[in-house]
Amino acid sequence: MAHDAGTDTPTVIDGEGVRRRDFINIAAVSAAGVGGLTVLYPLISQMAPSADVLAESSTQVDFAQVQPGQAMKAVFRKQPVFIRNLTPKEIQEAEAVDVSTLRDPQTLKERTKPGHENWLITMGVCTHLGCIPLGAGEGEVRGEFGGYFCPCHGSQYDTAARIRKGPAPKNLEVPPYEFTSDTVVKIG
Amino acid sequence: MSFPWAKTYTPKHPFMVWMDEKLPLPRLVYNAVGGGYEVPRNLNYFWNFGFLAGLCLVIQIVSGIVLAMHYGGDTRVAFNSTEHIMRDVNYGWMLRYGHANGASAFFVVVYAHIFRGFYYGSYKAPREMVWLLGVVIFLLMMATAFMGYVLPWGQMSYWGAQVITGLFSAIPLVGDALHTWLLGGFAPDNATLNRFFSLHYLLPFVILGVIILHIWALHIPGSSNPTGVEVKSESDTVPFYPYFVAKDGWTIGLFLIIYSLFVFFMPNALGHPDNYIPANPMQTPAHIVPEWYFWPFYAILRSFTQDWLWIVPAKLMGVLAMFAAILVWFFLPWLDRSPVRSGSYRPLYRKFFWVLVFDVLVLGYCGGSPAEQPYVMIAQIASIYYFLHFFVIVPVVSSIERPDPLPFSITESVLGHESAAVAEAQA
Repeated sequence: MAHDAGTDTPTVIDGEGVRRRDFINIAAVSAAGVGGLTVLYPLISQMAPSADVLAESSTQVDFAQVQPGQAMKAVFRKQPVFIRNLTPKEIQEAEAVDVSTLRDPQTLKERTKPGHENWLITMGVCTHLGCIPLGAGEGEVRGEFGGYFCPCHGSQYDTAARIRKGPAPKNLEVPPYEFTSDTVVKIG
Repeated sequence: MSFPWAKTYTPKHPFMVWMDEKLPLPRLVYNAVGGGYEVPRNLNYFWNFGFLAGLCLVIQIVSGIVLAMHYGGDTRVAFNSTEHIMRDVNYGWMLRYGHANGASAFFVVVYAHIFRGFYYGSYKAPREMVWLLGVVIFLLMMATAFMGYVLPWGQMSYWGAQVITGLFSAIPLVGDALHTWLLGGFAPDNATLNRFFSLHYLLPFVILGVIILHIWALHIPGSSNPTGVEVKSESDTVPFYPYFVAKDGWTIGLFLIIYSLFVFFMPNALGHPDNYIPANPMQTPAHIVPEWYFWPFYAILRSFTQDWLWIVPAKLMGVLAMFAAILVWFFLPWLDRSPVRSGSYRPLYRKFFWVLVFDVLVLGYCGGSPAEQPYVMIAQIASIYYFLHFFVIVPVVSSIERPDPLPFSITESVLGHESAAVAEAQA
C-alpha cells in the first residue's frame, strides 16, 4: 500500500482533511512541548533571589558623628552605602556644573532630600562593574572631581557622586531612604 | 575517516573477538588514537599540544574530584575549608596547588595549541568544524576557570565574581535583571558560591564531551601538518601508535617536569596574595586583576573609557569588545581567504602573525597592570590592532599575498624530492 502502513482504519487515511495520525502526532508533540516548558520554568526561576534574600530588611543608620567633609560606610542588602556630609564648597562645586554636559544628567538637588542638601547618600557600588569606589574612608583618594574614585577601572565621580570620567555609565545609585530624625536615616 | 592504507583492527584473543562483536570499543580506540589512525609524518612539536591539553583536563578532573571531597561550597566555610585542605588534609596542599597550577598549565598549553592553529592555518577547510568546536572548548574553559577561582572565597574570588558577573549588567534593558538572576541576589553571596561550585563540577565533563566531538571532527579529514599540503599517498603518513604516542609521551615528560617546578617550588607564583584574605564585601582590593590567562581580554574590556558614537555606553562597548575578541575566531575560517594553509609558505601573513603574538603579549601585560596611564593608552592601541588584524589584515593579506611555492607532497618536503619517497617506499 502506498499509504501509511500500520493503521487499521484505512477509510480515515483515504478521507479528506485532518488525518487521525496527524492529529495524534500534533497532540502528542504539543503536550510534550508544553510539559517540557512547564518543567523548565521552575528550573530557571530557582536561580533568582530566594525569599530570604529578597526579605533583607531596611537598615537604620546613625550618622551623628560624620563631620562636614567626612563620610561613613553603612551596609544595605550586604552592599556598602556611602553617607557623606558635604562641605559648602563641595555643594557649590556640584551645583556649578552644567548638567547638560553630564553623562547621566542629574542635579545635586535631585540626589538629596530637601532640608538635608549636605547629606549625600549613595550606594558604594561603582556602576561600571561593582567595585567599591575610594573616597568615603579617611585619607582615601577622591579623584579629579573630589568625589569618589574607583580603583578598578578608573571611573571618577564628582561631589554629587555623578559619573564624570571613565567607563561607568551611571551616577552612583541613590537608594530609597528617609530621615527618621536629624541624626538617623532609614535606608530601604 | 581513515586512509585506505590504514591498518584495520583485528582482535586475536578470543575474548577480544567476542568483545568486538558485542561492543567494539577497543576498535573505536584503535581507530581513534591507535595504530589505525594514520597521521602526517612531518608533524612538528607544535602538534603535541592537543594531547597535552587532554592530559591537563585529566589532571584537573582527577585533582578536582578529590578536592571536592574536602571543600564546602558555603560562604561560611568555603575559605576555611580551603585552608583545611592546605593544612590538615593528607597531601591536600599538593592537590590544591596541583589543581590551581593545573589551570594555568592548561591555558599555557591551549594558547600554544590555538596559536599553532593561527600560524599553520589549521582552521581552514576542510577543518572548520574542528576549529569551531575548539573555540567552544576555549569559552567553556574560561567559564570553568573563572568559577573555580571564586570557590576559595578569598578577596580576589569575591571581587572577581563581582566584576565578571557585572559584565552582564551592561546588556541593555534586561542587564540588571539578568545580573541579579545570575547571582541569585544583589551581590555575590551564598547562592552565587553554591551555583558556581555546582557548575564548576559540571563544565569539565561538558568540555570532555566537546573534546570528543573535536577529535571526531578532526578524524574525518585527518590531522593537518606544517606544510598544509594534504596527504596524497601512503608514504606521507605513519600510524599514530606507536609513532606519535611515543612522541607525545616524551613531551608529556617534559611538561610534567615544568608543571612540577611550579606545583612544588613556586606554587603561588601565578596567584594573588589577596586571595588568602577572606572575602569582604565591604572592602575592594586596591588592584583587582583576574588570573593571568584572562589579562589580554581584560585589557580590551578596560580600553573603552568613552561612550561610543554618543549612543553606546562605554561599559557596554567594553563588554562587547571583550566577547568579540574571542567570537571573531569563529569567523576566521571565512575571513582568511588564502588557499595556502601554512604560514611557512605565506611570507606576508607570517610577519603579521608575529605582530599579533606581540600585540597579545602587550595586551596581557597591560591587563595585569593597574588601570592608569600609560597602560590604558597602550592597551587601547593594542586593542585596535587586535581587531584590525582579524577584520582587515587577514582578509587583505589573503587576497594580495603571493605565497611561496608549495612542496608537491608531504614526503617531498621531508626527503627533499619525490623520487626519494618512491625509492623509500620500494625499499
